[in-house]
Amino acid sequence: MAVAFFYLFSAVLIASAFAVIVSRNPVHSVLFLILAFVNGAGLFLLAGAEFLAMILVVVYVGAVAVLFLFVVMMLDVDFAELRQGFSKHLPVGAAVGAVVLGELGLVALGWQSAPGAKEAAAAPIIAGVSNTAALGQVLYTKYFLFFQASALVLLTAMIGAIVLTLHHRPGVKRQKIEEQNARTRDNVIEIKKVPSRAGV
Amino acid sequence: MSFSTALAHHFLPETILALGVLALILIGAWRGTRAFGLVNELAAGLLGLAILALFFGQTSEASLFEGAFVDDAFARFVKVLTLVGSLVTILMSRDYLQRAKLGNFEFPVLVVLSTIGMLLLVSADNLIALYLGIELMSLALYVVAAFDRDDARASEAGLKYFVLGALSSGMLLYGASLLYGFSGTISFDGIAKAITGAPPLGVIFGLVFVLAGLAFKMSAAPFHMWTPDVYEGAPTPVTAFFASAPKMAAVAITARIVFTAFPGIVGQWQQIVIFLAIASMLLGSFAAIGQTSIKRLMAYSSIGHMGFALVGLAAGNEAGVRGVAIYLAIYLVMTLGAFAAILQMRVEGRPVEKISDLSGLSRNNGTAAFFLAMLMFSLAGVPPLAGFFAKYYVLLAAVDAGLYPLAIVGVLASAISAFYYLRVVKVIYFDEPAPAFDHSPLSLRAVLAVSTLFVLGFWVYPAPVVEAATAAAKSLF
Repeated sequence: MAVAFFYLFSAVLIASAFAVIVSRNPVHSVLFLILAFVNGAGLFLLAGAEFLAMILVVVYVGAVAVLFLFVVMMLDVDFAELRQGFSKHLPVGAAVGAVVLGELGLVALGWQSAPGAKEAAAAPIIAGVSNTAALGQVLYTKYFLFFQASALVLLTAMIGAIVLTLHHRPGVKRQKIEEQNARTRDNVIEIKKVPSRAGV
Repeated sequence: MSFSTALAHHFLPETILALGVLALILIGAWRGTRAFGLVNELAAGLLGLAILALFFGQTSEASLFEGAFVDDAFARFVKVLTLVGSLVTILMSRDYLQRAKLGNFEFPVLVVLSTIGMLLLVSADNLIALYLGIELMSLALYVVAAFDRDDARASEAGLKYFVLGALSSGMLLYGASLLYGFSGTISFDGIAKAITGAPPLGVIFGLVFVLAGLAFKMSAAPFHMWTPDVYEGAPTPVTAFFASAPKMAAVAITARIVFTAFPGIVGQWQQIVIFLAIASMLLGSFAAIGQTSIKRLMAYSSIGHMGFALVGLAAGNEAGVRGVAIYLAIYLVMTLGAFAAILQMRVEGRPVEKISDLSGLSRNNGTAAFFLAMLMFSLAGVPPLAGFFAKYYVLLAAVDAGLYPLAIVGVLASAISAFYYLRVVKVIYFDEPAPAFDHSPLSLRAVLAVSTLFVLGFWVYPAPVVEAATAAAKSLF
């Protein structure tokens, strides 16, 4: 049963990944990307990594792909123009790609692991400890450095995004609540006595 | 030794910088646009403090965080170089950025964040630490490349660097995944233990991809394509940063990974490193000949110098690593000095960057002309200046290891590259004077003078650098 689902998820994943790059409409591409993510999450579930599966759906489908969809819909990117020169560079690119693919095929066919590699890489599923709890136990202890370094990477990304996009425009009228609250009748209203029949 | 004391002894520079940079961000956010000067000075102070922590800290070896982080003499040596590169960049950048209306506090913050990445990279002892270090370093570099966001060339430089950097990270990760798939472990030590006898094709593939990713970061040919455009487009202090600190970290981690993860298959990685070295040295010497922009010239010069540093690595022994360490130290000083001179090239308030703008500098400003000429002689490797000894140590190691063709190509490339370095000297001394440069700030003149002094005096008293490099090389084996 699991094997059948493995092949189902894998086949749909590969097909949708292929559709991402060949579909003409960028919105279709993003939708296929979401399909690929969901199938990837299915594969994680089959492997017993339910936490990763949920994270993949929440972060990639829920946030990244939807954001991407908004960008594609709202920015009028001319994808036909981006594809210009595609046929010109195709022969060289295809040749390099074919060589790399052939080499990778050789690697995959002749693959052999070091003795004991499987045992070293195996992460045993401890009875009674959920996936999430097991991750929590190592994330802040064994992998503390990685956790903090990732946090710094994200901080850098945040600062970078602000530096490169935030514009301080002079002369923009912003609401200043404290000034509004500080207004009194005396300092904003000027009373002028207009004599009749004389005008201002 | 308990974990916290180990942390205090061996993780102090990183802790200082990481906590300090958070404080800097707070100060910057609090004071807004006026914060640049203060944050700049504080960032320089932090980097200086980290250098002091390294100088007066532990001299023992330690492995922290379950083998993810290693602190040894090699790491400390390169960390000092990296920190010096970042510190000098920050000191030199202030005047330029303020005049270009780029005086935002984020610049020093990003430089410090990038430096933390470099320190983690230099000490990385497994594949995840390696990758996180590289990403932290590079992400900040992409942003500072495009720091002048209203300038089309700077934006192009940032984008180009980002796209190619992402590609190289992808290659590195793919190689890392192959290595993990083979050995079942991410630690360099574990990978070394798993490789017994003739390595299967998968391991060689992983090795090639990892080395290609690292060669991108140190801009060794044939992975150098981004370098000239990024160096030319980015603001000049940023170019000075690119040419100094990140190269130290990238070369250091390459040395560490080949000697700790692949000591059993020296022959496999040696041929890759030899190819990278030859290609970089030749490209660095031929492609620079036709350049008119001094920043592009320095870009090709840095590619060539990375080739020479790799010659030491190719030797594959302790003497070679010692040569690499000495080369990095001397290259750092020469490059920072040259950029201090380039940053002084400013006519009527506007920065200029053509080689012809240096015409007749000897008659406008004799001292600066002499300093720059000495640095150019040193970059070319003219004895008895420091640049000669840098090349001497790596070529000696290559000859001792029996790599005669590599050493011969090195000498030839050095002779060819002397042409364009000496052309700069000729322009400075024998051409009709161009408009004189403006009076430059003290920091730039000081950096130029100190680096020239180092270059001139190295042969008199080379012991501190050579001894530290010897100890550093010893700790890697």
